[in-house]
Amino acid sequence: MRHGKYPFIIGFLAAPVALYAIFVVAPVIQAFQLSFTQWRGFAAPKWIGVDNYRTMFEDDKFWKALQHHAILLICLPLITIAISLFFAFLLNVGGRSRAGVMTGIWGSKFYRVVFFLPQVLAVAIIAVLFQTVYRPNETGLIDGVLMKLGLDPIFFLVDPNIALWSILGVLVWQAVGFYVVLFSAGMSSIPTDIYEAAAIDGATKFTLFFRITLPLLWNTLQVAWVYLGIAAFDCFALVNVLSIGNDGGPDGATTVLAVEIYRNMQTSKYGYASALGVALFFLTITFAALTLRVSRRENVEYS
Amino acid sequence: MSQLPDSTSDLSRRNLLRGAAAAGLLVIPATGLLSACATGGDDTPDTPAAGGEKSDKNPLGVKEDAQLEVVIFNGGYGEKYATDVHEPLYKKAFPNATIKHSSTQEISTILQPRFAAGDPPDFVNNSGTKLMDFGALVADQQLADLTPLWDAPSVDDPAKKVRDTVVAGTVEVGSFNGKPHVLYYVSTVFGLWYSGKLFKDKGWTVPDNWDAFLTLLGDIKKAGIIPYAYAGKNAPYYQYNVILTHAAKIGGADVLKNIDNLEDGAWKVDAVKQAAEAWGSLIGKGFMDKSHEGLIHTEVQLQQNQNKVALYPSGDWLEGEQAKTTPAGFEYTMATLPGLGSSDKMPAGTLRATAGEGYVVPAKGKNVQGGMEYMRQMLSKEGGRGFTEVVKAPTVVVGASEGYAFPPGVASSQKALASAGANVVNIFFDGWYKDLETEARVATNELMFGRINADQFCERLQKKADATKKDDAVTKFKR
Repeated sequence: MRHGKYPFIIGFLAAPVALYAIFVVAPVIQAFQLSFTQWRGFAAPKWIGVDNYRTMFEDDKFWKALQHHAILLICLPLITIAISLFFAFLLNVGGRSRAGVMTGIWGSKFYRVVFFLPQVLAVAIIAVLFQTVYRPNETGLIDGVLMKLGLDPIFFLVDPNIALWSILGVLVWQAVGFYVVLFSAGMSSIPTDIYEAAAIDGATKFTLFFRITLPLLWNTLQVAWVYLGIAAFDCFALVNVLSIGNDGGPDGATTVLAVEIYRNMQTSKYGYASALGVALFFLTITFAALTLRVSRRENVEYS
Repeated sequence: MSQLPDSTSDLSRRNLLRGAAAAGLLVIPATGLLSACATGGDDTPDTPAAGGEKSDKNPLGVKEDAQLEVVIFNGGYGEKYATDVHEPLYKKAFPNATIKHSSTQEISTILQPRFAAGDPPDFVNNSGTKLMDFGALVADQQLADLTPLWDAPSVDDPAKKVRDTVVAGTVEVGSFNGKPHVLYYVSTVFGLWYSGKLFKDKGWTVPDNWDAFLTLLGDIKKAGIIPYAYAGKNAPYYQYNVILTHAAKIGGADVLKNIDNLEDGAWKVDAVKQAAEAWGSLIGKGFMDKSHEGLIHTEVQLQQNQNKVALYPSGDWLEGEQAKTTPAGFEYTMATLPGLGSSDKMPAGTLRATAGEGYVVPAKGKNVQGGMEYMRQMLSKEGGRGFTEVVKAPTVVVGASEGYAFPPGVASSQKALASAGANVVNIFFDGWYKDLETEARVATNELMFGRINADQFCERLQKKADATKKDDAVTKFKR
């Protein structure tokens, strides 16, 4: 491994690093540059110092978006991880032990496919699907059933008080499948003899989960938390397709930073949009760094 | 999940990442070069396009064999009218010229970088949801001044200037601070649309008086039909259009002019407040359905085709847009808005009409004269007639669609336009100030679905209008 290591690494890294530099690093730096200018997208940008940032701190929509990110940041990982862990546990070790080997519940192979299915669909398709699921009249999937039963329809995306939660629901629905698979992979790497030993000692499923599965999955959980947190900073496609006005409505009740960036670009305020982008950049980075720091723990090595 | 057992190697994930980050930093100096191209620059010299000899047949001085690059928005009107009508007309006038035609549904995606790089096409149909911001294009001097076109002799009658062969107001609609930059080509009339058949069967007519209008809505409700609807999800501007036209009817056309000019207190005058109050009262009376706030325009329009919705505010593209779902004998008909009372400043039959579908000639194009000549050909009777025959919509060319048998809906809106005479109003702020327009959409939904009242509606929009006025970054326009 030591011999010729650096040419080996450089050989592999050159192409991806070049691509990354051109398509990620360069635009990010340019966004920083543009955030100090006023630019309509045609003539050259005009330098205006920190004016965009001053506007940003006075912008109601910006603060609303931050609030929504805060809600999503807490709820999306919590709910998704809770549901995925539960499902993954059931699929892998929740069933009866057969000849001393822990297995998933009956039909777990089938459920695995079912849970993963949403992951196969593009986000835009999911958004369009949920337009129909949430449509607030008799042709909507949920409200249609409610109205058939003689109940009042729920105005999912229309009512400002539940619009954001409706979108959160879609996010969770879509994410769960992936994390079930991720956690399943994590669980299958936990040696079965640990479970067997615990089972012989008379541990209940509850104890198995909290005393063995959860601690040994800590690394995976941490990754999931970071991924989901970063996802909570995005949400652009869903909000863009599902929200009233397609711009985080009703009246900004579902807006997120990415949508604000897009909206300002559409009104030719590229400088201001870039400033919002810079804010989003720092939020995401801070979040990722914080989570990794806070959740650092001893790694468990099976060897 | 676990560290590699061979931990003597320092090829760990952490080191890899660190290395990648360092490599990223190394690349930074090179990005100075990259950033220069994405934002373009004003250093491209404004080369005046080489013109040709001016003559009676060529009043704009087009270089006869120059290439003309045409980009058409391939949306509701398609591109056939360009390839089959307008481009052949241009070729007929200039047989040696070549036309490079292309079409797209994403105008800004395709063209914005070309504008920024100083290499725009010669003629652009800037339309659709991804259109480029006209205000920004004008503010950054990207659009040619169309005065030579409007002052040129027309194709059909050299004694008449082009500006005298189009519907009154056409030049104004496409002007920014008095300078014409955009050709709006399609004549558009706004009003309340209904099924002629349904209303005939039920014996309903749309009255001009507000109280009688409310009575009608009550009758419709009793018949089990939702009396009034618009699509809150993506088309609330159909409704602020109604409120503002109504306000103009109550307080006179200046109400709208003041709003467009961002005059102080323009949104808080009585006329706007009364109009907002009148229309905002419908939801409380049960004349609208709450679910429509969550629907898009085609969904609501489909409900109207199914006779679940009676009256729907829209422009006269509606009939063509719904052609596929309209049952036979539906008979789209347009009524003008009812007034409020006897003290209305404008008479019954007042309506909003405008010209839509914008065409521009980029100032930095290689063949600016050719682009304007193309417009001159579009504005000939043959060009207008051909467009109408292909897309079934009237153009701003006077008399071009004479004798053409429009379907019933457009026929009724054209009739209403003719009988409105001079009582035609229009709004411009929606194209000039995108932020204010967005706020108007939001406030309209809040008002119409009962979350704010008329005073708060006016207050909110006045606040945004004031903010727009104060914002130095926004180019202001006057009419």
